[in-house]
Amino acid sequence: MGEYIIEMLNITKIFPGIVANDNITLKLKKGEIHALLGENGAGKSTLMSILFGLYQPDSGEIRKNGKVVQINNPNDANDLGIGMVHQHFKLVDIFTVLENIILGVEPNRMGFIQKEEARKKVVELSEKYGLKVDPDAYVEDITVGMQQRVEILKMLYRDNEILIFDEPTAVLTPQEIRELLQIMKGFAKEGKSILFISHKLNEIMEVADRCTVLRKGKCIGTVNVKDTTKEELSRMMVGRDISFKVDKKERKPGDVVLSVKNLNVVSKTHGKNLVKDVSFDVRAGEIVCLAGIDGNGQREIVNAITGLEKPTSGTIILCGHDITKASIRERSIRGISHIPEDRHKHGLVLDYKLEENLVLQRYWQREFQNRGFIKFDSVRKYAEKLIDKFDIRSGQGPITITRSMSGGNQQKAIIAREIDKDHELLIAVQPTRGLDVGAIEYIHKQLISRRDAGKAVLLVSLELDEVMDISDRILVIYEGEIVGELDPKTTTVEELGLYMSGAKRDNVKEINDGREE
Amino acid sequence: MEGKNNIYNDNKFNIRNMMNKGILSSFFSALVAVFLGLIIGFFVMLIALPANALIGFRHIIVGGLNRIGDVFYYATPILMTGLSVGFANKMGLFNIGASGQYTMGMYFALYVAFMWDLPDSIHWIVACLAGFVGGMIWGAIPGIFKAFLNVNEVITSIMFNYIGMYLVDMLIQGNSAMYVSDKTRTQYIPAEVQMPSLGIPNSNVNLGIILAILIGILLYIVLQKTIFGYELKATGFNRFASEYAGMKGKRNIIITMAIAGGLSGLGGAFGILAPSGIAGSSMTYEPINIIAPAGFNGIAVALLGNSHPIGIIFSAIFISYIQRGGTLASLAGYKPEIIDIVIAVIIYFSAFANIMNTAILGFIVRHFGKGRKSGNTLANDDIKEAE
Repeated sequence: MGEYIIEMLNITKIFPGIVANDNITLKLKKGEIHALLGENGAGKSTLMSILFGLYQPDSGEIRKNGKVVQINNPNDANDLGIGMVHQHFKLVDIFTVLENIILGVEPNRMGFIQKEEARKKVVELSEKYGLKVDPDAYVEDITVGMQQRVEILKMLYRDNEILIFDEPTAVLTPQEIRELLQIMKGFAKEGKSILFISHKLNEIMEVADRCTVLRKGKCIGTVNVKDTTKEELSRMMVGRDISFKVDKKERKPGDVVLSVKNLNVVSKTHGKNLVKDVSFDVRAGEIVCLAGIDGNGQREIVNAITGLEKPTSGTIILCGHDITKASIRERSIRGISHIPEDRHKHGLVLDYKLEENLVLQRYWQREFQNRGFIKFDSVRKYAEKLIDKFDIRSGQGPITITRSMSGGNQQKAIIAREIDKDHELLIAVQPTRGLDVGAIEYIHKQLISRRDAGKAVLLVSLELDEVMDISDRILVIYEGEIVGELDPKTTTVEELGLYMSGAKRDNVKEINDGREE
Repeated sequence: MEGKNNIYNDNKFNIRNMMNKGILSSFFSALVAVFLGLIIGFFVMLIALPANALIGFRHIIVGGLNRIGDVFYYATPILMTGLSVGFANKMGLFNIGASGQYTMGMYFALYVAFMWDLPDSIHWIVACLAGFVGGMIWGAIPGIFKAFLNVNEVITSIMFNYIGMYLVDMLIQGNSAMYVSDKTRTQYIPAEVQMPSLGIPNSNVNLGIILAILIGILLYIVLQKTIFGYELKATGFNRFASEYAGMKGKRNIIITMAIAGGLSGLGGAFGILAPSGIAGSSMTYEPINIIAPAGFNGIAVALLGNSHPIGIIFSAIFISYIQRGGTLASLAGYKPEIIDIVIAVIIYFSAFANIMNTAILGFIVRHFGKGRKSGNTLANDDIKEAE
C-alpha cells in the first residue's frame, strides 16, 4: 500500500434498466495522470460521480491512502481533497470570476467577505500555473476556455490534490486544448493526481501515464500508455477495430440545392453585425463544411437557414424556392433536415418518450394522425423501425423517457429522425460533439451516406479532423465573414487554423466568380 | 443490446416501472400529502381545543359522507377552475387568472339568463355556452399579450382578475333588469334557466358536476391522444424544441389560454346557474368587490391533482369533501377556518410531493424489494443522465 492515493474497489452501481458500473476497480497513483477511457454510456461519468459523492455505489468501497472513506456528498469529497471539473460547467453567470472561485468557501470576517484576501490567493494561483483569468470579468462575458480555467482555479483554491477532469477538451479550440494538456502535466509534476475522462485517443496518448478502459459498465483493463497504441486502446474501448480513416468515394456534385445570398444578421442586443454579407451554395451530393472557431457567426447562419431566427437582410433559396420568409414547418416540408447544435435545448423533448421524439418532425403527417388524433400504433411501429435501423439503445425501447438515455443514443435518435424524414438538405451542427469514437464513426458514415444518396449536406464543425476528413469543400468563417474556401484534399490543418484564427484571408467573392466563369 | 433488453423485460411489471409511468407516483404522493396534512390538522385541533379534538377530527374525516350531494355540488366550480389551471400548466403557463375568468363566465351566463328570450329547453345550455365564451375572452387576452409581446401571463392574468371583477360589478349594478339595488344582489334567475337538479334531497347538486367530470375526461383525451395535446405538452416541456419542430407556439399559447379561460368561465356559469333548494329563489351575484375564491381554490386543486385532468377530478371532490367535513367540525366547537388550515397544509405538502414520494417509495423498495434488480434506484429520476 501507500503507492495509491485513491482506490475504488469493486464498485457496482445500478440504474433502472442498466448496470452503469459492474464491479469496477480503479487505482490512482500519487502524481500520475490517469485516463479513464470509454464510449458514451460505458460508465465513466457514473464512476467519477461516485468518487465525487454525487451517487452512492450499490456495493464496493473507496479508499484514500489505504483507509476506507465514505463520500456522501461533494462536500465530503472536497474535504478529502477531491475536486472535479464537470463537462458542463457549474458557474454562476452573473457573478465575477473571483466570486465564482470563492463561492462556498468565502473568506470572511464576521460575515463580511474578505475579497482582497481571496483575490491575492487567486492571482497567485493563476500566475503559478499559467491559468490566465481576469478576476473581475463576469462569467457570462468570458470565453468557454476561460470558464474552464475558472473551474480549475476553483479546485486549486480549495487545495484539492486529486483533480477529476470530465471530458475537459470537448468544448475547446485546438490551441486551448494544447494549453490545457500542458497545464495538466504541470499539475502532475507538482504531485497532484489527475483523473482524466476522455474518449479522445490522441489526448490520452499525449498526456496520460496510465489508462483504464471501460466498456458497457465493465472494466476492460488498465494499461501503461507508453506500452500501448491508439489502435489497441480503441479496440479495448469499442470491442472491435475502428477505422480512423473515413471511407469516401469520389462524387460529382449536382444541382444547387441551397443558395444563400448576401446574408446579414445584426445582433438585437448590441447592434453588432454577426453575419456580414455571406453568400454560398451547397449542391446535391456534396458535403460543405462551415469551419470556424465557435461564435463566429455559424449559429446565426444556421438559424437563418432553418428559420429559427430571421436574418436582417439577404435571400435564402432552397431548390429554387425563396424560403427567406417561410415558417420553420414550411422549410421542413420543403426539404430541410436539421441536426441541431444543442440536442437538449432544441433537438429533443427530454421528458417525452423516445417514440414521441422520433416523430417530432412528422407527428402531423397523415401516416401518424387521423383527424387530429395521433395513431399510436403507427408511431410505435415507426419508432421500432428506426430503433432497429439506427441501433438506438435504451433501457426500455420506444417507451424510454429520452432524458434517461446516454448522450450518444440521444444523438442517434435525432439523426435517425432527421435522416429518415424526406429531405434535400441536411444541416448538421457539431453532430459529433461530446461523442465517442464509435458513435463518431457511425455519424460520419451516415453523413457520407446522405451525400452519396445525392443529398446536399451542410456541416458546421469545430473539430479540425472532422472538417478535413468529411467535407468536399470547406468554407472558413471568421467574425461573420467567409474568409476562405478550401479544398480538403490540397489544404493542411495548419493552413485551416490560420484562416480560422483570422491570420489569413482571401477575397472569396472573387474565387466564387472565378469558378462560375 | 441483448443484455439491456433482458433487464427491460424482467422488470416490466415491478413497482419501479409503474413509477416510471408517473401515474402511480403522483397518486401516491397526493395520498401522502393528504395523510400528512390530516395529521398536522389534527395537531392543530388538539392545540386549539384539546377536549373535542377527536370528535372534531371525526367530523372532518367522515362528516362529508352525510352530505354527499353537497360534496359534489361544491366540487363543481373548483373542479372547473382546477381543470383550467391544470390545462394551462401542461403548457408551462400559470393561469392565476381563473378567478377573473370565472367571474366573466358568471356575468355572461347571467346576461343570457336575464336578457335573452330563449326556449326553456335550451336556455340554460346557451347560458352555459355564453359563460364559456366569457371566460375564453378573459383567458385569451393574457394569452395574446404573452404570445405577441412576451408579457408574463401571471402578471396580466392577476390584473385581469381585478379588471374582470370590477367590470362585472359595474355592469351588473348598471343593469336594472338584473340588479336589485336594495338587496345588493342580482334578481333570482327563473327556474327554467337553472341547471337540471340531480334530485338528491337537501342538496343543490346538479347536472354541472357530471358535465364537469365529462369535460375532465375529454381534456385527458385531448392531452393524451391528439396532435394538439402532443404539441401543447411538448411546448410545456421544452419551448425551444417545439419551436425547432415547427410548432406554432404563439397560436398554441393563445388557444391554450382561451380554453383554460373557457373552462373557468364554464365553472362560473355552472356556479351561478345551479338550482336552489328553496322554490322561487336562485343563486345570486353580489357585486361587493371581492375576487371569486373559486379561482384560487382551483390552483390548489390543480396542484394536488398534479395538473392531470383525472387527478384533478379526484382532488376537487376530495377538497370539497373535506371542506364539508370542516363545516361540520364547528359542531364540536371549532371555527370552520381550522379546515382551511388543514387544506393549506395538504397543498403545501403536495407542492413537494415528488421529493416525498422519492423518499418514501425508495424506503419501501429498499426494505421490501430486496433481490430485485432495480433496488434502491428510485431516487435517481432526475439524475439518470449517468453518462
